[in-house]
Amino acid sequence: MVDTAAPGADVEAAPALKRKRSLGGWLLIAIPYAWLLFFFLAPFFIVFKISLSEIAVAIPPYLPTFDLAEGWQGLRENFAAFSFENYIWLTQDALYWKSYLSSVWIAATSTAITLVIGYPLAYGMARAPAAWRPTLLMLVILPFWTSFLIRVYAWIGILKNEGLLNQALLSIGVIDEPLTILNTNAAVYIGIVYSYLPFLVLPLYATLEKLDESLLEAASDLGCPPWKAFWKITVPLSLPGVIAGCFLVFIPAVGEFVIPDLLGGSETLMIGKTLWSEFFANRDWPVSSAVAVILLLILVVPIVLFQNQQQRASEKDA
Amino acid sequence: MAKKPIGPVRRDFTPWESGNAKPFIEFRNVTKRFGDFTAVDNLSLTIYEREFFALLGGSGCGKTTMMRMLGGFEEPSAGEIFLDGQNLAGVPPYRRPANMMFQSYALFPHMSVERNIAFGLQQDKLPKGEIEARVQQMLKLVKLEDFAKRKPHQLSGGQRQRVALARSIAKKPKVLLLDEPLGALDRKLREETQFELMDLQTELGMTFLIVTHDQEEAMTVADRIAVMDRGRIIQVATPAEIYETPNSRFVADFIGSINLIEARVASRNGTVTRLKAPNLEREIAVSQPTDANVGDTVWFAIRPEKIRLGFDAPQNGTANAAEAEIWDIGYLGDVSIFHAKAAEDLILKSTVANITRTVERPISWEDNVWLSWDEDAGVILTR
Ligand SMILES: Nc1ncnc2c1ncn2[C@@H]1O[C@H](COP(=O)(O)OP(=O)(O)O)[C@@H](O)[C@H]1O
Ligand SMILES: [Mg+2]
Repeated sequence: MVDTAAPGADVEAAPALKRKRSLGGWLLIAIPYAWLLFFFLAPFFIVFKISLSEIAVAIPPYLPTFDLAEGWQGLRENFAAFSFENYIWLTQDALYWKSYLSSVWIAATSTAITLVIGYPLAYGMARAPAAWRPTLLMLVILPFWTSFLIRVYAWIGILKNEGLLNQALLSIGVIDEPLTILNTNAAVYIGIVYSYLPFLVLPLYATLEKLDESLLEAASDLGCPPWKAFWKITVPLSLPGVIAGCFLVFIPAVGEFVIPDLLGGSETLMIGKTLWSEFFANRDWPVSSAVAVILLLILVVPIVLFQNQQQRASEKDA
Repeated sequence: MAKKPIGPVRRDFTPWESGNAKPFIEFRNVTKRFGDFTAVDNLSLTIYEREFFALLGGSGCGKTTMMRMLGGFEEPSAGEIFLDGQNLAGVPPYRRPANMMFQSYALFPHMSVERNIAFGLQQDKLPKGEIEARVQQMLKLVKLEDFAKRKPHQLSGGQRQRVALARSIAKKPKVLLLDEPLGALDRKLREETQFELMDLQTELGMTFLIVTHDQEEAMTVADRIAVMDRGRIIQVATPAEIYETPNSRFVADFIGSINLIEARVASRNGTVTRLKAPNLEREIAVSQPTDANVGDTVWFAIRPEKIRLGFDAPQNGTANAAEAEIWDIGYLGDVSIFHAKAAEDLILKSTVANITRTVERPISWEDNVWLSWDEDAGVILTR
């Protein structure tokens, strides 16, 4: 049978491939790893090291700092001075865990809203006449041609009290008084949903477009009306795209800083903002580093889940 | 393989001859256009209840389009389709009492074999126990009891085809539409499945409409065959009629192997029509009735197995024989095909059954032979 033979063949093929990898092949793999090492792993260790330090009135504003001139003895003293005090501090001030919780909550809610808006969008694109699809795809990607920052600023112009939205609503008489949207959590949701929508639509569109239309015909043939076939066939089969898209929105949204800073108000509690004020306003590098490390740890869970799901999806395709 | 004798059941099944039998499926002047391309052209067709009907034709002649119109996936551009007296216009696929086995199988990849089969039954909101019983019955029928929990991608091509078949008959529809159901199977398995399909059809008493481009398949399974070409039906008849009395050069050429000789009608004498082919010395006498008139240009069609091969000139008569030189021999095991050159531009094929095991053939390359045939062996075609 085909199914039992195939995995076996894969197992045998893999080592053969490995053996054949040439110098050029190794080099090709080395480049992304070097990139990760220099621009991700090394900075992370620096941040981690700072998070174990103590705030000080100095440049840089923490102690201890490494001085190679002090030699081995100095290094040993440095290590002895490290402590997890900053992490303990994070548990003592409610601001931090509230910020984390609120960030996760805002990110999850915005992801849900993005999904509700993005699914019909992606579905409509995938079901549009084939000739239109490249254009529709282009329209989804088009906002990326403008800087993210500028687009978020533009929302200020739309959402503020005398902004475009309020003027439009006032002129058609839906409201008598301008709505206060800017500098509230509502504006943050709008900003996140708007900014990350393409990240959800694109993977979802990719899975929906691959969906074999004859499956829906088969469902219809067996007595299943279209709306029911949507739930029984289309939705389950597009789940990989839904999951991928949701992670791609949720993960960056948790640590989002620009949107809550520009559109949110004083009530908006997000970890990115807390981190920023810790770093720039309080100049407390060690605590803000600890905040960053914990944020990363929180995000490791969804990132690993996301990787797993991608792996499974690509295995299924193979 | 066929375990039950199906002959007696089917032998007297000829509702199309009775004249007063009620048609079960009826295409009335159906046309289907895609843009300015006409895929099905003003086509009328009648199919009877419990019939096993085959649509046969080359790739792209509109077979799938016909079936999709019956299934409800395409609306005719003109004309009407009736099923069991009901005009199907505007009836969506999920309300039609026909089920289709798709050319691509279209199995739901996220559902196990048993859930695929149960899908249609669940739509009818049958009680759970009944669904389970029916699924078991179907699994047994297609011999997939051990694979009930597998997903489609864990099955071989032949097993997937069986799941598709089980899923389409699970609802016991009035009509089962089969679009090239056996296309993906190898020859052995295909032949086996053809007989299984016939058994199944007798057993379930459903009307089967099968689409195929394989003439052997159509001849094996079908009560009647419709031969299609470029969106039109050329002939509708039983397999034997299609083979023995094709109504056109297209059908004669499409089904099996044939010798076609262009000729002029020389005389008509009672039931026998005599033809004169410019490149044959003797005349051709045909007892098959024809409406061709003296002087008309026609084609004489004769199957290779109906041409005899011998060294001696036939003694009786002055017609239906030709002297020829053996040009080529094809040995197929059961039969040998001789290509004999009867004239500069006329090569006739004759198949001879290899009834002995003699490896040395009495007739060999470049031998001069006589070809001969009987008056009722061939037919006259006017188009
Ligand atoms: N949806 C469609 N749009 C345009 N042309 C089509 C469509 N479906 C079928 N055709 C054309 O109609 C003709 C008949 O197709 P089909 O019925 O699938 O043939 P077959 O006899 O091989 O099953 C083909 O030439 C095909 O290209
Ligand atoms: Mg087809």
